[in-house]
Amino acid sequence: MSTTPDTHTPEARENLDIYATSAADTADTEGARVFNAAGGDWDQLSDDATALHEERIVVNMGPQHPSTHGVLRLILELDGETVTEARAGIGYLHTGIEKNMEFRTWTQGVTFCTRMDYVAPLFNEAVYCLAVEKLLGITDQIPQRASVIRVLMMELNRISSHLVALATGGMEMGATTVMTVGFRERERVLAIFEMISGLRMNHAFIRPGGVAQDLPPGAIDKVRDAVPAIRKGLGELELLLNENPILKGRTVDVGYLDLTGCMALGITGPILRSTGLPHDLRKSDPYCGYETYDFEVVTRDSCDAYGRLRIRLDEMYESLKIVEQCVDRLQANPGPVMVEDKKIAWPAQLAIGGDGMGNSLDHIREIMGTSMESLIHHFKLVTEGFRVPPGQAYAAVESPKGELGCHAVSEGGTRPFRAHFRDPSFNNLQATAAMCEGGQVADVIVAVASIDPVMGGVDR
Amino acid sequence: MSDEKKPDAKTEAALPGPNAEVEKGDTKAAAEHGATTGDNLPAAPGTVPEPVVVGERRGMFGAADVGDTSGYGGLRTPILFPAAAQRPYGGWFDEIADSLERGLVGGDASFGEAVERVVVDRGELTLHVRREHLPTVARVLRDDPALRFEICTGVSGVHYPGEQGRELHAVYHFLSITHGSRRVRVEVSCPDGDAHIPSIVSIYPAADWHERETWDMFGIEFDGHPSLTRILMPDDWPGHPQRKDYPLGGIPVEYKGATIPPPDQRRSYN
Repeated sequence: MSTTPDTHTPEARENLDIYATSAADTADTEGARVFNAAGGDWDQLSDDATALHEERIVVNMGPQHPSTHGVLRLILELDGETVTEARAGIGYLHTGIEKNMEFRTWTQGVTFCTRMDYVAPLFNEAVYCLAVEKLLGITDQIPQRASVIRVLMMELNRISSHLVALATGGMEMGATTVMTVGFRERERVLAIFEMISGLRMNHAFIRPGGVAQDLPPGAIDKVRDAVPAIRKGLGELELLLNENPILKGRTVDVGYLDLTGCMALGITGPILRSTGLPHDLRKSDPYCGYETYDFEVVTRDSCDAYGRLRIRLDEMYESLKIVEQCVDRLQANPGPVMVEDKKIAWPAQLAIGGDGMGNSLDHIREIMGTSMESLIHHFKLVTEGFRVPPGQAYAAVESPKGELGCHAVSEGGTRPFRAHFRDPSFNNLQATAAMCEGGQVADVIVAVASIDPVMGGVDR
Repeated sequence: MSDEKKPDAKTEAALPGPNAEVEKGDTKAAAEHGATTGDNLPAAPGTVPEPVVVGERRGMFGAADVGDTSGYGGLRTPILFPAAAQRPYGGWFDEIADSLERGLVGGDASFGEAVERVVVDRGELTLHVRREHLPTVARVLRDDPALRFEICTGVSGVHYPGEQGRELHAVYHFLSITHGSRRVRVEVSCPDGDAHIPSIVSIYPAADWHERETWDMFGIEFDGHPSLTRILMPDDWPGHPQRKDYPLGGIPVEYKGATIPPPDQRRSYN
């Protein structure tokens, strides 16, 4: 095959090697020496590179690299150890979630969007449901208890997401204990998720109109037991990290991005708060009743990776405070967890039957034995879904990584006409160049870890 | 087409639309104003903006391909998007419009020229801006002290194949932290045959990747973008996947003897 493949004839297209480097890449690298590392051949590679007497090299770090947080591809131009140019290449995990959602009902959309930012799935669900509810005009009809459960789940999820950020960030710097402690504590949160929603991730628990089910018996006690345990684990992480000279050496003044940079690049979340600006949508544009909870917005003014790490740690304590308030409210106030309107409320009352978990036997008895209208209603709602009046809406929540937005458009059908997600990681990764250029290669890892990108959300 | 600027625009048409409920600010006053002066009389034809037709719905139950035996198969209903709002918009929306109007004075376009329609729906303010004036409007939104929309939170493309001459829309959301998380949506449209919209990357660098994504997914060319290349799809990918004429794809799956067609070929009720 020639280096510039002919793609004009159908036969040529058929024979095209899809794994070949594209023609543009070939043209760009012409005359340059290309090394392909396959692992284990480092000595030979470095000998070859030294023999070239060329200090300035371009390194493709990723998309398969243990330190780049998933399939992120970093294109670094290096002058010795100094990064002179850094670019992020994304798209390796693009799964067409937004397109797929246009072919399912509004409720089924939750099942898709929960898979975007898989470390913080409940935020994806919540923002999508808030947008759909805004389109339906039922925002103020969501039962109180459903909103409290949403807040409980989101705050627990914020803890687990921040723990992953710290754990993987620590691991990338070579601190495996941070990783083991972080994932151990996250496991406590995931156990709660599993008890409440049935799944550790990809819950599809928050639905348009409320949440799928009420808390199972024992869930409140489980959360109550977990909170002190998590708090203890966080204390352990703090003792390990806060004044650790190696960690401070790696993170202080690394990945610097000041307020001006954040504003220009549209950065939100812990990165923005590390510049001292207390911007948090939970306070400034409350949703799900956040204005009724007592918590603080954590800020620092160091603008660096160390500041972001400390913000994440402190935010987890604030989340625990909110979780405790949620639990108190849930214990005191029973009630429905799904909107009154039976045309919207998905029949999801589950129960354990003889053959395992399934639709509740009362519900089955009603639709199969008592009421034909109920059966028709159930069938129509599940196969066809509900219709949403034409128009568009934008909802935003404060996800662990920043502003997560959902722009939903309806044409009056049973399916989203368009659902677009503004993922904070997608936007924040634009800061890679500003944070990394002029620094060292090792600092790139720290800077990217402090952005905390999750590629499932970035590429969607 | 500046209906909202006509001096004879009746105040009884002040209610933006049936669904408009502004959550923030003192919107009660605006609503009562419209209700008390309305006198329960229908407005004269032509004084109230018509809802925007974005497409057509056929039949009654949304079944597209298979025989609709209900007798309603021939039904044609227009899909109506909320009509243009008239002053007062309610809450702080009027402030935004006034400040934008003032900020545009002395620039290349007046408010009436740049903004073709103001829509207030579901408590959100949408400015439909003519594409050639988008950078001017964006600059005022960012720089005017009374507006201060510091952050462009993203660009979202929407493809309306039913809207002749304005099939492709780019929807920008702006956030003002200074003014307590106010949001405004700017919607720009362009025809499919001439899919060009000026880039706002020079004003909002944050729009860089978002515009690339919209190019990648919808084929809207953002003129003046520093490097408008694909971002999610491979560089040599043919077509723009989020457009409505681009198939979802998928293969039929056999399960226990039955064949399940791919999602876009299943019987559906949309």
